[in-house]
Amino acid sequence: MTAAVRPKAGPPRAYRFPAFERQTLGNGIRLIVAPVPKLPVVSMMAIIEAGAICDPAGREGLAQLTASALIEGTRTLDGPELTERLEGIGGSVDPSADWDYVAASTTVMSARAPAALALLAEILTVPSFPEREIERLRSERHSELLQQRAEPRGLADEMFSRFLYGPGSRYAEPEGGNERSILSITRDDIIAFHRDRYRPGGTTLIIAGDISLDTVVQMVEANFGSWTGSATHAPVIHDQAASITRRVYVVGKDDAPQSELRIGHVGVPRSHPDYFRVVIMNAILGGLFSSRINLNLREVHAYTYGAYSHYDWRRGAGPFVVSTAVKSDVTDGAVREVLHEIDRIREAEPTVEELSLATSYLDGVFPIRYETTSAIAGALASLVVYGLPDDYFDRYRENIRSVTSADVLAAARQHLHPEQLQFAVVGDPNAVRAPLERLQLGPTMLFDSEGKPLQ
Amino acid sequence: MRIPIETYRLPNGLLVSLSEDHTAPLVAVNLWYHVGSANEREGRTGFAHLFEHMLFQGSAHVEANEHFELIQRAGGTLNGSTWLDRTNYFETIPSNQLALALWLEADRMGQLLPAMTQQKLDTQRDVVMNERRWSVDNQPYGTWWERLPALAYPPGHPFHHSLIGSFEDLTAAQLDDVAQFFATYYTPDNAVLSIAGDFDPAEARALVERFYGPIPKGQGKPALPAMTLPPRFGEWRRETVPDAVMLPRLFLAFRIPPFGTPEHDAASIAGAVLGQKKGSRLYRALVRERQVASETSAFTFDLAKGNDLLVADVTARPGISGDVLEREVAREIDALRTTGVSVEELDRAIALTETQLVVSMQSAGERADKLSLFATYFGDPSLVNEQVERYHAVTRDEVNAFVESYLGEDNRASLLYVPRDPIAAVETPAAMVEAIQ
Repeated sequence: MTAAVRPKAGPPRAYRFPAFERQTLGNGIRLIVAPVPKLPVVSMMAIIEAGAICDPAGREGLAQLTASALIEGTRTLDGPELTERLEGIGGSVDPSADWDYVAASTTVMSARAPAALALLAEILTVPSFPEREIERLRSERHSELLQQRAEPRGLADEMFSRFLYGPGSRYAEPEGGNERSILSITRDDIIAFHRDRYRPGGTTLIIAGDISLDTVVQMVEANFGSWTGSATHAPVIHDQAASITRRVYVVGKDDAPQSELRIGHVGVPRSHPDYFRVVIMNAILGGLFSSRINLNLREVHAYTYGAYSHYDWRRGAGPFVVSTAVKSDVTDGAVREVLHEIDRIREAEPTVEELSLATSYLDGVFPIRYETTSAIAGALASLVVYGLPDDYFDRYRENIRSVTSADVLAAARQHLHPEQLQFAVVGDPNAVRAPLERLQLGPTMLFDSEGKPLQ
Repeated sequence: MRIPIETYRLPNGLLVSLSEDHTAPLVAVNLWYHVGSANEREGRTGFAHLFEHMLFQGSAHVEANEHFELIQRAGGTLNGSTWLDRTNYFETIPSNQLALALWLEADRMGQLLPAMTQQKLDTQRDVVMNERRWSVDNQPYGTWWERLPALAYPPGHPFHHSLIGSFEDLTAAQLDDVAQFFATYYTPDNAVLSIAGDFDPAEARALVERFYGPIPKGQGKPALPAMTLPPRFGEWRRETVPDAVMLPRLFLAFRIPPFGTPEHDAASIAGAVLGQKKGSRLYRALVRERQVASETSAFTFDLAKGNDLLVADVTARPGISGDVLEREVAREIDALRTTGVSVEELDRAIALTETQLVVSMQSAGERADKLSLFATYFGDPSLVNEQVERYHAVTRDEVNAFVESYLGEDNRASLLYVPRDPIAAVETPAAMVEAIQ
């Protein structure tokens, strides 16, 4: 039978994040190439400065609609032909707009890389934006929004953001836009957005896989060489909170067996110097299975299948949010325990064991995160998007390990604000409202599933 | 693309597969137990999955939840999952921590029961009930996971009942059930162990021998009732489910030969032609051209015994009724049977399948899981190296023969979700209605 003595770790083997090279072509397009010869596959990812944060007020969803419409036709190929060519070589591209950027990416067998890159260039540089397809994409977004009203998790996420940010903030509306804004977007808006934002000066191509820098440079020169335009100025980001005192928002879903809870406040931007301290603090609070919030709500109280806290990292200050789904009749108990954990991590330093669990986990999983070429390309994209230094991944592990218990307490005190917490609950109002009011968190407001106030 | 594989069996029956890859200092440990919801006895639906939760509640030398803590502290990732016909447990860890992962898995394979308590069972029962509410009851269309197998397999068939289980059966589960299930199914001769990544084979073999060698062989497990059904449903079965959803959604299932047969390879390719990505027939015709659907896909369950299912999953556009949706999907299936697949469609399906398989082999965890899959179902992990070739070898004739035999009206089961609240149907953009007429 198994011995009681636990095996000790052997000596660790060194790991380095894949080496990469940069080059800028004459037209301003930037290249990052990471040769990874493990398997005969190549991932390519174009990062364009055209994220949802660029949407004009009232046209929320323009960035996403433009990105989706890229694959609906070009000067020489219609949508079905483009799809056929891409999928015919075993690839596919679904460009999508994040808050800060648009990513258009695919992974193919290395022999197919030249063909895939040529199609990617076509999609990005000469899209035709057919009216009929734009109409269809708008109506697809309409379907998505309808679906979301019946889907408690997505609804809770969306409502929480809506309540969290002030009306002037782009972050208050979903990345893909709302029902009104989507209807207001015209083909001309899309053409103008593409003309202004999709430019080689604002584009980085990241290639990771079984390929060399020279080959990539030749391919990119051939396919993107004649594209012109310098980068457009970045928009100003408004990330101010709607309220800095506690408020409770109940989004009614009659007879819901569970409450979807979102508790949090506006967090910190990705560029904040406390980034590593906040990451470790959050790992201890609710970022890991063995974190305080999950062990408390799941393993001690059995309120839920899982409970997590999360910082949404963006150029602006994204949300800090605790998410969980609990049985309706323990909604108030779950809220109380989350508050207790947020207060507790601000009261005293974490134990040595808690700190070392968080740091050794994040240190150890580092190589595991970058097993695939698409994960490597995604990591390199974060250098571009957040302006991180080229040695970021080489120094990542030492930065993680250098966080102390005192740093964690300081980060919790500086960056967690219990008095500013906003509480969004998607659940059965008859079951949750009165118990939540008894907690005296703050004013409670009731909404329907479209976000319309019910009082 | 081929990965190196060594396979051997311990005297207690444990089948071990090793696959070296030293490109990064990490290693995956993966165990499949050949037990799933199919093996549950009457009145205990959901037990195999509840039992999976109990495996994280400690063993003779491990405290509750300590398995998670030790692996994460070692810098590793881990989880487990339960399926109709198997349960798996897996870790990916820095390579210098291989011994820890092997030891933890061995401790719970050998000596789980000393750690089992009523309180732990009660807690995990509540956690699982919350998992059920979260993934099934409070999720639009969430019940399809249990309704579709119930429609496609007859009562009493091992695949008929719910994997997550009913509240009633979960409530009925006892500590005695845990002991019995453990003794019957969690034995080395009913498990396979796969190790993939950066390790020294001699050292790995020694660790496996030391930790797993002493675990006694099981007493054998009860045979499952006969699994093989007639090759086709023999009818078009229909179930309509009014639910708290905004848009109709159709799951159209076809009974097909089991995973691992040449016909199943043809079925996978046919499924890709029909429903994989935007170049597929369903997407092109129903989303792009006729605009009656908002999302389409097709997939197989990959069950290796009895009969598998190929499922087309299509969600309507606003304003499209469930009946119209079903008619439009059927029209595409019928068209595929009439025209057959084109060379381009076949090539597209095979190219996408190849990329997907090769890309997945980049991860040590995926390699180990695939080794375990082929070891469990066919006793031969080296079949992992034949996957790409098998799909490449599928011909148009084979796909057309499959489509002809299995996609007809005598072999369909429709599970159709429709909005209980008719408001959704009112919000039809006029342009959409015109487009389908």
